[in-house]
Amino acid sequence: MNMGIALRRPPIAPAAVVLGALMLLGFVVALIRYASGLGAISNLNDNYGWGLWISFDLLCGVALASGAFVTTSIVVLFGGERYRPLIRPAILTGFLGYLMVILALLVDLGRPERIWYLIIFWNHHSVMFEVGWCVMLYTFVLALEFSPLVFTRLGLQPPHRLIHAFIVPLAVAGATLSTLHQSSLGSLYTILPDQLDKIWYTPLLPLMFWLTAVAVGPAMVILESTISSRVFRRGLELDLLGGLARWIPFILAAYILVKFGDLAGSGELDLLVDWNLESGLFWLEVMGFAFLPMVLFSLPAVRQSNAWLLFSALLVISGVILSRFAVSLIAIGRPEFAASYVPHPLEFAVTIGIIAWGVAVFWFAARYLPLFVKHTHSPAGEQA
Amino acid sequence: MAKMAILFDAFRCTGCRGCQVACKQWNDLPAEETRNTGSYQNPPRVSADTWLVMQFREVDNGDDGLAWAFGRHACMHCVHPACVSACPVGALYKTDEGPVLYHNDRCIGCRYCMLACPFEIPTFQWNEGLFEGAEIKKCTFCIDRLSAGMEPACVHTCPSGALMFGERDELISVAEARIQEHPERYIDHVYGKDEAGGTSLLYISPVPFQELGLPELGTEPIQEKSEDIMTKATPAVLVTMLVGLSGIYWVVKRRQEMMGKKTGARGR
Repeated sequence: MNMGIALRRPPIAPAAVVLGALMLLGFVVALIRYASGLGAISNLNDNYGWGLWISFDLLCGVALASGAFVTTSIVVLFGGERYRPLIRPAILTGFLGYLMVILALLVDLGRPERIWYLIIFWNHHSVMFEVGWCVMLYTFVLALEFSPLVFTRLGLQPPHRLIHAFIVPLAVAGATLSTLHQSSLGSLYTILPDQLDKIWYTPLLPLMFWLTAVAVGPAMVILESTISSRVFRRGLELDLLGGLARWIPFILAAYILVKFGDLAGSGELDLLVDWNLESGLFWLEVMGFAFLPMVLFSLPAVRQSNAWLLFSALLVISGVILSRFAVSLIAIGRPEFAASYVPHPLEFAVTIGIIAWGVAVFWFAARYLPLFVKHTHSPAGEQA
Repeated sequence: MAKMAILFDAFRCTGCRGCQVACKQWNDLPAEETRNTGSYQNPPRVSADTWLVMQFREVDNGDDGLAWAFGRHACMHCVHPACVSACPVGALYKTDEGPVLYHNDRCIGCRYCMLACPFEIPTFQWNEGLFEGAEIKKCTFCIDRLSAGMEPACVHTCPSGALMFGERDELISVAEARIQEHPERYIDHVYGKDEAGGTSLLYISPVPFQELGLPELGTEPIQEKSEDIMTKATPAVLVTMLVGLSGIYWVVKRRQEMMGKKTGARGR
């Protein structure tokens, strides 16, 4: 009898044990890195100075955090008031996403204790300079946008009202910084005119990175809402998610046009029929992860089905991950030393550990902060 | 001050690696544990502890069999260095005399310079933890020797005259004169004169430069596109977004007011 009760309500859920173990593992690996250097825990080398952490934690992490600025812009700036219930979890996801990016950078940088040098030593020719400033400023904006939840919880009215007074400037700043940041991650690779494969190299990389980030924002909101509705057993805002998804096809169509237009403009379309890894990745991304979700999201039947919405969103998310890896790792030739790079298992441990910390904080916030507003038409739902 | 440079003549090089040793000695760099990779070339590439590596490459001469081609792999001290452009904190900088140098105490270890360099020269201290601090390392053109009126250690050591130190303009003339004098010995090109906007390391060679491990580059500086984006596109996007988004907000709000609705643009 007692056992039956214990099985129904275990003191610690197995998922929490796994999560805790991953968090601890990531932390221990980070300690080894700080004691013995990056060589001790990674396969990064002088040929491949950037690896999994830059491709996934930084590039994908920032792109997948775009739900915050897209949702905030729609609700606060573009008059999409009905989407307000989606805004808090989107901001939290974005905020945590940026904190996770910073955590990864603190592992990846050779001199993490000097990260603040970006503030005092300027080189405005460097794309990395823009990237660094955008990370700092936008994380600050996200913290401010997130803070009302904490103030509400603590019952602190004055600071809450202060943030409210600045909600529009914050939304403008957030969307501007995000645009600069998302695009600058693409600009980073415009310094590789000779090393990056011709199919993937283009001065339009910043535009492409921005477009895909805008498209993946609503997709991430769909993913996050679906998961949290299951985990926290709350209702799913299917009509809102479907409404948000309606705009994805336009962005994806623009992206596909830019992709082909760029290659046509430089007279390199014929490279696409040279069958190799780079052209294969191009077709996979453009057809499977841009064109297909573009068609799917434009079908009303898809937008009314949670399963189809989720599937289409996962396609867009996969496309962003594929394109970031293609540009930052796969399509970069290092002909000189015929070197190779496969991430070390402990590199994955850091990445997974950081994700585990993010999931844990999200769960904690969902549990103790007024994260999910009841999806009703009562004005009380808006007040926070 | 005049722009200084080094001319490497692959025809005169005997592959003795005296330069590689002299570089280690002068810069007090520790030995590296290496493995046999099936070549005399050792270590396989430049690293934080080895700033100059002589490359041993075999060129197929058809009926004459194989011939050695010796490549010199070290910082090219570009006239328009991509690494300097890439460094977010300005740790890397270009001197008037030609050398590309770095402020060790500024480096944050982001390794963007390693990505940007078309010659794959900047290297990282992979085995330094938080207390030692891991930074970028590369050839300094022996700036300490230069400022004392001496030539770089590698040039000083070279027994066969394959390395020559001097003003960049003069060395280009020397290189072109050698090609003209012995067109049968050399490919008719001075590598580094125009590549990537010019480098302070100039090469002449009897075999194609790619055989020496040098990349095929255009004459534009590597960072031309990214600097255009930073200095022209980025400020324009910044202003457009600030003005455009504020404008959209104003228009939307105004339209909603006209429709007699409450905007409800209150926070969360």
